Amino acid sequence: MNFSFLSGGRYDLFGAFWVTVQLTFFAGVGSLVWGTILAGMRVSPVPLMRGFGTVYVNVFRNTPLTLIIVAMSVVVSNKLGLVLANRASFTFITDNNFRLAVLGFVVYTSTFVCEAVRSGINTVPPGQAEAARALGLRFSQVLRIVVLPQALRSVVGPLASVLIALTKNTTIASTIGVGEAALLMSEMTENESNALVSVFTLFALGFLVLTLPTGLLLGWLARRVAVRR
Amino acid sequence: MTTSVLFDHPGPRARRRNALWSAAFALAVVAALWWVLATLGGKHELDSAKWHPFATADVWRNFLLPGLLGTVKAAALSMVFALPLGVLLALGRLSDHAWLRWPATVVVEFFRAIPVLLLMFFAQAFYFTYTQVGSDSRPLFAVVTGLVLYNASVLCEIFRAGVLSLSRGQGEAAMAIGMRKGQMMRFVLLPQAVTMMLPAVISQLVVVLKDTALGGQLVGYVDLMRQANTLTANFSNSVATYTVIALLYVALNFLLSVLAGRLERWIRVRRGARPPRVGVPLPGGLAEGAAPGGANGPAGAEVAR
Repeated sequence: MNFSFLSGGRYDLFGAFWVTVQLTFFAGVGSLVWGTILAGMRVSPVPLMRGFGTVYVNVFRNTPLTLIIVAMSVVVSNKLGLVLANRASFTFITDNNFRLAVLGFVVYTSTFVCEAVRSGINTVPPGQAEAARALGLRFSQVLRIVVLPQALRSVVGPLASVLIALTKNTTIASTIGVGEAALLMSEMTENESNALVSVFTLFALGFLVLTLPTGLLLGWLARRVAVRR
Repeated sequence: MTTSVLFDHPGPRARRRNALWSAAFALAVVAALWWVLATLGGKHELDSAKWHPFATADVWRNFLLPGLLGTVKAAALSMVFALPLGVLLALGRLSDHAWLRWPATVVVEFFRAIPVLLLMFFAQAFYFTYTQVGSDSRPLFAVVTGLVLYNASVLCEIFRAGVLSLSRGQGEAAMAIGMRKGQMMRFVLLPQAVTMMLPAVISQLVVVLKDTALGGQLVGYVDLMRQANTLTANFSNSVATYTVIALLYVALNFLLSVLAGRLERWIRVRRGARPPRVGVPLPGGLAEGAAPGGANGPAGAEVAR
């Protein structure tokens, strides 16, 4: 294996992986919030919200993420005029594409979060919600105070797989030119074709370092917070 | 109105409140839609000239159907290669011999932990540098290689979960009538595991179909996603093109998802009612029909992507 291409600072490997981490973080937080709201809609007493949640999840879960990310740039930004950065800034295009990509990941990943949370709601014994209703709590209170805290604890495991999938999916941001790991790798495979296996090993290791500890850590957390019944 | 334990049966006041919420929500959705349509209309994206191409046979014959064919071809090829490889890996991971178990485990964990896109990029550069694969077929080779490596690992985990979820009596009975380990796997455990995991396998097909779009956009394979670029370049109607393409993908994947759900219910009924697992609606449960494969159910691998 030949890693000589790393010397001379031609490639900002850590910078690229840092962008991957940032994409994962912001999209992860956004998906968790929006996905939980969607799950709330899907179990709510308002039929219209239930319908919206169902349609939203079924449409975006079945659309390729690549298509969503490309449409974020070509349709949402160019045609609908959604601009998420300061036009006067020197880093306008970079910032705007980064934020559009995050938004695209949230749109897609939240559907998986929603389904995970909803299956978590199913694991809470009906007696919990019945007791809460008997106390006179409203739907929003039942959900917020009694059911969701228990449901979320039981879905840390599935949410961890969603997070790991998201980490891997951030490579798709390279479609709209966000300078993360996959974009750098595609550049390097073209320039360093004599060290192809080394380049691949390097990036594979990078993703192993990101995904394996996440899985182990959240697996440990899942066992720790699981509700014992 | 479905009954749910999360809220009381609505009385007159609750019904009024729900109607109010419905109205407010409908208003918000309609306002958002109105804004989108007005903005797009203002940019002449909704003109009939931009949508008309999709009503002509030429566009379907020359762009959409060939694209769809490319997408289905890549997905089908990947599945055809990934299924047997997945079974082999599962056999390896379930083996009693450590020298088989460990390599299989390492391979599966490795390919599950890295993005498919990296595999596709690497496969493409690899075929370019080290093989004689022509430039026409190289994108297809790269896409299928990446998808096979990733999905074989995922399918391995699905089959393994299926075998592990069988009751121990199955294997013990096979041993008792004098079967060898190979026979037990071949005639008793695997057939049951594969049948039981069929819904998860079909769900995985949805994942494969969606991932082929990656090859269209970034590896240069001619599929539905690639045709979007060509169509947009020809008719400069990006909004119309992406809407139509997205609808095609959603329709195809939705059909597969429905098939998977049907199959899952059919298998559950055929095997007799089993104790509810996570993701299976509880009797009088809190929400109607949840996604197949919730928490750590055997279909859990489906959650990824």
